[in-house]
Amino acid sequence: MRSVRQAPASYLLVLVVIVFFVGLPTVVTSFQSAEWTQVLIFAIAIMGLNILVGYSGQISLGHGAFMALGAYTTAILIHRYHLNYLATIPIAGVLTGVVGFFLGIPALRLSALYLALATFALAVITPSLIKRPEELTGGVRGIEILPAQPPDAVNSAFTAVTGSPAMTSDQWLYYVSLGIALVLIWLAWNLVRHKPGRALRAIRDGEVAAAAFGVNIAGYKTLAFAVSAFYAGIAGSLYGLTIGFVSPDTFPVSLSFQILVGAVIGGLASIPGPLLGGIFTFWLPIVSNQFVAGQAWIPDQVAAVFKNAGPAVTYGALLILIMIFAPRGLVGLIVSGYANLRTRLRGAGERGTGQLPPDPQTV
Amino acid sequence: MQEFLQQVVSGLATGGIFASLALALVLIYNAMGLVNFAQGEMAMFATFIALVLIDRGLNYWIALPVTLVIAFAGGVLIQRIVIRPVERAPVLTLVIVTLGLATLVNGMAGFLFGYVPRSFPTPFSAQTVNLFGALASYQDLGVIAVSGVVLVLIYLLLQRTTLGLALRAASHHPEASRLLGIRVSWMLALGWGLASAVGAVSGLLAAPILLLQPNMMQTVIIYAFAAAVLGGIESPLGAVVGGLIVGVTVNLAGAYVPGVGGDLQLAVAFAIIIAVLVLKPNGLFGRAGVRRV
Repeated sequence: MRSVRQAPASYLLVLVVIVFFVGLPTVVTSFQSAEWTQVLIFAIAIMGLNILVGYSGQISLGHGAFMALGAYTTAILIHRYHLNYLATIPIAGVLTGVVGFFLGIPALRLSALYLALATFALAVITPSLIKRPEELTGGVRGIEILPAQPPDAVNSAFTAVTGSPAMTSDQWLYYVSLGIALVLIWLAWNLVRHKPGRALRAIRDGEVAAAAFGVNIAGYKTLAFAVSAFYAGIAGSLYGLTIGFVSPDTFPVSLSFQILVGAVIGGLASIPGPLLGGIFTFWLPIVSNQFVAGQAWIPDQVAAVFKNAGPAVTYGALLILIMIFAPRGLVGLIVSGYANLRTRLRGAGERGTGQLPPDPQTV
Repeated sequence: MQEFLQQVVSGLATGGIFASLALALVLIYNAMGLVNFAQGEMAMFATFIALVLIDRGLNYWIALPVTLVIAFAGGVLIQRIVIRPVERAPVLTLVIVTLGLATLVNGMAGFLFGYVPRSFPTPFSAQTVNLFGALASYQDLGVIAVSGVVLVLIYLLLQRTTLGLALRAASHHPEASRLLGIRVSWMLALGWGLASAVGAVSGLLAAPILLLQPNMMQTVIIYAFAAAVLGGIESPLGAVVGGLIVGVTVNLAGAYVPGVGGDLQLAVAFAIIIAVLVLKPNGLFGRAGVRRV
């Protein structure tokens, strides 16, 4: 009991978050579970991008392309080779990771600016590249993926808890995504706390100095690319399974952009950031559209236009505002707000926490 | 042979559009070492302003300079409001901010003008003229001529005027320029304004061909990236030559390389970007960079 009481407050928070996510499908509808599955999937992809952008200081505007690769790997393996869908998820991740590794090699020679440019171009051409090998990818028509059915044991446990007649495919995929997301977040946490994380941050903050201390620059940078792509591939695979369908239009440039927005809004170089970013980027357009449509004084025409243009306007404005005023994202705001509150509560006499200042802001 | 020449001429015409947008990218790169991802969207927005002016009954040749002045002011304003607070931030921050600007402008255009593609008037007639055995339309020749004129004007401004000297000095040696009384930050704003106006020209040239809608420049900007990278990203002449080369290459590849066709032309531009960055990162006209650590 003593060890529980001595555990840091953040551990308790993690526990609360896990309980929230595990319990969620038992109280919301199946459709809402599917929405939250997408939140988790976005969180995985954003976590991958966060490792690349936040920790290694490289940039990719083309993570939608990696997601497309993962999703199509899963779709093709199921459709043509009749593999079990669960088996295709790691295959999609590893394949995308390998591709990411090889893309990371030419990326070594590029400055951040050129890398942004090249990956942006990759994101733009992805839909037309997918359309080409029509026999493999189904061209513009895409590939349909049959809904995954939960195993009997899970099904009976779920019906016993909720009292509903049967577990839907959406609810099952939610739990699959949740399990994978938890494992991947835990892995990322371990990665950034130990030697690779320190090496990546050293490279980000001063490449020459890091090299002088014997950090293998090329190795770690390509590793970051590979890991990041691996995360995006897994996310893409789950994305395909959840929406039950992949087509070139599933992966527009705006998807890559949405992932970047999520990483920035949540907070770069932080572990809880991607989860917050995933929640935010997924719900922002939906909630804001409902809000605008619900206001009686806004004419219907304006509301209809807002539905199309609203997300772009808000995403764009948020990106700029966050970069100018809160470069550490939501997590940074929460952490500094909490610290301010604590000093305020403790009184003016006791300034300074005696702790080292946080990481220098480099992104 | 005649068909080949034909393809080259129409490639040069599309290349002219890429060249003016690439020129705008180069101007901002020279001013602050940044590729402006919002350049295409800013050009698209300026073109919408031109359309509104023309719809109000303004003559094309009056609407054109008015639009360019508005685009210039818009560029200065954007630099003052959005870019200035992050002027000294790392490249990554700047890239993310310009991306945010791109979506913001794109969404604003969709909000104000809608997503239905609109036709845009062109001052050049569609009549053709025989040129060394190839048929070239006045439209094509007009686009090539306009991008040539823009290049010459920019060259004269940068190399032959005091203002141009101040602009170049401010970007190459900001501290020294500041000591000599040049208002460096305003020079950056001027650079943004100039780039915005030059980019607007490309939007005005592209709109009659592509039809005006908020996503019009999304592919053009990729070609412009390819052109700027090929030209060495810091050379205005390089941007124009790069634009023309990219235009011709893409057009020829679409016509003659089996399997490329219309929809993979963008992939050709991507291949050009990657090939230049990996094989000759300084492009055709760039200088090798030396960095002091």
